[in-house]
Amino acid sequence: MIPSPAELGHLALWLAAATALVMAAAPLHAALAGLARPAAVTHGLLLVAAYAAMTHAFLVSDFSVSLVATNSHTAKPLLYKVTGVWANHEGSMLLWVLILGLAGLAVALVPLPLGPAFRARTLGSLGVVALGFLAFLLFASNPFARLDPAPPEGLGLNPLLQDPGLAFHPPTLYLGYVGLVVAFALAVAALLDGKVGPAWAKATRPWVTLAWAFLTLGIALGSWWAYYELGWGGWWFWDPVENAALMPWLAATALLHSIRVLETRDALRNWTLMLAIAGFALSMLGTFIVRSGLLTSVHAFAVDPTRGLFLLALLVGLTAWALLVWALRAPKVAEGARFAATSREGLLVVNNLLLMALLAIVFIGTLYPLALEAWNGRQISVGPPYFNATTVPLVLLLAVLMGVGPFLAWKRGATKGLGRRLLLPGLLATLAALAMLGLLGVTGVLTLLGFAAAAWLAVASLQLLARRGLTLGRAGTALAHLGVALTILGATASGALQREALVSLRVGEGFEIAGFTVTLEDVAPKAGPNWTALEATLAVQREGAPVATLRPQSRTYTSPPMETTEAGIAMWRAGDLYGVLGKPDGSGRWQIHFWVKPLIHFIWWGALLMAAGGVLALGGALRFAQLGRRRPAARAAPVPLPAE
Amino acid sequence: MAAEVRRSARNQRLVLAGLALAAVVGAGLLAIPALEDKATFFYAPSDLAANPPAPGARIRLGGLVKDGSVSRENDGLTLVFTVTDGARETRVRYTGLVPDLFREGQGVVATGRLGPDGGFAAEELLAKHDETYMPPEVAKSLGRAGGAGAAGAMHRTGSLSE
Repeated sequence: MIPSPAELGHLALWLAAATALVMAAAPLHAALAGLARPAAVTHGLLLVAAYAAMTHAFLVSDFSVSLVATNSHTAKPLLYKVTGVWANHEGSMLLWVLILGLAGLAVALVPLPLGPAFRARTLGSLGVVALGFLAFLLFASNPFARLDPAPPEGLGLNPLLQDPGLAFHPPTLYLGYVGLVVAFALAVAALLDGKVGPAWAKATRPWVTLAWAFLTLGIALGSWWAYYELGWGGWWFWDPVENAALMPWLAATALLHSIRVLETRDALRNWTLMLAIAGFALSMLGTFIVRSGLLTSVHAFAVDPTRGLFLLALLVGLTAWALLVWALRAPKVAEGARFAATSREGLLVVNNLLLMALLAIVFIGTLYPLALEAWNGRQISVGPPYFNATTVPLVLLLAVLMGVGPFLAWKRGATKGLGRRLLLPGLLATLAALAMLGLLGVTGVLTLLGFAAAAWLAVASLQLLARRGLTLGRAGTALAHLGVALTILGATASGALQREALVSLRVGEGFEIAGFTVTLEDVAPKAGPNWTALEATLAVQREGAPVATLRPQSRTYTSPPMETTEAGIAMWRAGDLYGVLGKPDGSGRWQIHFWVKPLIHFIWWGALLMAAGGVLALGGALRFAQLGRRRPAARAAPVPLPAE
Repeated sequence: MAAEVRRSARNQRLVLAGLALAAVVGAGLLAIPALEDKATFFYAPSDLAANPPAPGARIRLGGLVKDGSVSRENDGLTLVFTVTDGARETRVRYTGLVPDLFREGQGVVATGRLGPDGGFAAEELLAKHDETYMPPEVAKSLGRAGGAGAAGAMHRTGSLSE
């Protein structure tokens, strides 16, 4: 009998674990070192095979596979059969190891100028991490577990997850997490080899940059999904799972900047290694928070104490190993170059310290409820009041310094001409705050500072773009910083200038909000492929002219049976009109929650710009003018993509 | 000269380590008072009776929505219902849209303040996310009062924020 694809997938997963063991063992003995690269390549290909087998099972609705039976349905749209593979606990862990396997494949194949022993050690660390996660998959959450007899129909996918924004949120985030695992593996190899310096930084920076860009995109996608799909009207909830992704991002942001110092100036050696290790440990912590279901959250769909304990053991084991390597080897790393406090390095150190403080604040707020409950059984929740009060002032301070840093020189504390350069941003920041105060009557101090900081950073970043001799590196920095300014602007404006109405209307009635007239024109039933809904038609007018029609729905899915709220959203300038329909109460009136959210799109546009800027900055010292031309061979050096 | 450079390099390393420590300690000093001030404690109706929160404190109240207790006021937006943990009950008043899975007999967590009359004014409601899950805190409080349940994801809605 020919074994089914699912059985072959299961076998591939076991063989992948065996190859991970070879990768982990290869650096231990010179005779084995040659095996590292072939093992990593085989490992990656086996995981591709296992993942393909799982996708096949979802596509053909093979309900003899337990995971397919519990998470899929024959009537599910094709896109969600493909993305449904990772929209559940086991499948998402399978995707995690697949991406890690592909990263190992890439490390095995890209040119790495630090020597074969260094590569073997890097692959060894990746093998250790892969082995841990494969053990978790095979022993505690086997995606290929079978059902006999197979049920005739599956249970279907949670409707909240049947959404394009969320479908691509996990893979993007995992690309970021795995990129940080590679940065960590490179850091461990550097610690063991004692080769910490500009060459190492140059080889590692593309990984850190791509990891950071994917994390930025993944977090932005998650935030955008929560905004339009959950119908709560907010875009960031300080949910533990959001924080779980934000913490590695903060560490990666710090690492991105310190590794630049290491590459250019050979300073901050140990600090950079520590950040690489912290980024990895926080990725592990993030995976643990999301997957263990220990914390109250919309994402907590895997609640099984065995799994939680297994993951905790894995997290503690890997993090302890990482910290041990650092503690044992870091004192042997020679001190790097010195620099003045007001040099660019000096300000990048301040940037790193502020990011670490932010990280500590988010860490404490996220884990304090767990610690308190373990300590005295009290259950608390720490939400936006805490996080906003503590993080906002630090973010604004960071924004101010981000406007200054790129104008400073490396090494020297030369501040000549700085005042002149900062005159325009300072002037426009003051004007922005005064305009908000005078024209729109905004009075909150932090809000005014938010507008001022956004204007300051945006103008300073644009000035940076306008300077002569623009390199890709500087353009990337300027764009990423401009992205931060836009996100701050969107967050400040959509919060401070938001208008909100909660009304109960009969069909034909309307209300006024922020200069808009909203009329409930109709409420009618509607049917989709696997749902039925009540759909309201809200006509929005401004000064007598129609501007938008919103169609919020109250949906009922058939498999699995579940009710969801679909917000009706229409873009207006860079903001949104956002309407939600309540449940019918039998009185003939309909509840509507309506928001006007100015400039909210800047939040996500800013994130896109940050990610794009990060990738652009990989071009380093290359100038735009050189891009079109054919580069002579001798000048090929400045392109560090991906390693050499 | 070389020794001097090495010494000041060591100093720079110490200064950096000190600054890093200061940043984290500073963050902690900023975070902990904010936590004391802004964290919301979870109460079941029995906890409210046994150990009432400070007047005006923002808390989370969780339990089951009592069967037959839900009624709507004339504005069409305000909902009044009873939360029970099997032993005690608390009356809750909430103005706004209700979460998709808010139902009589099901789990709910309300964030808000306890009034002087013993009624609870909710600003935000969370209801259990699907048919098999309920909020972990509710499951635990029911466990204490004799019920049972599994932890899981939730759906929530909020009242006007202004």
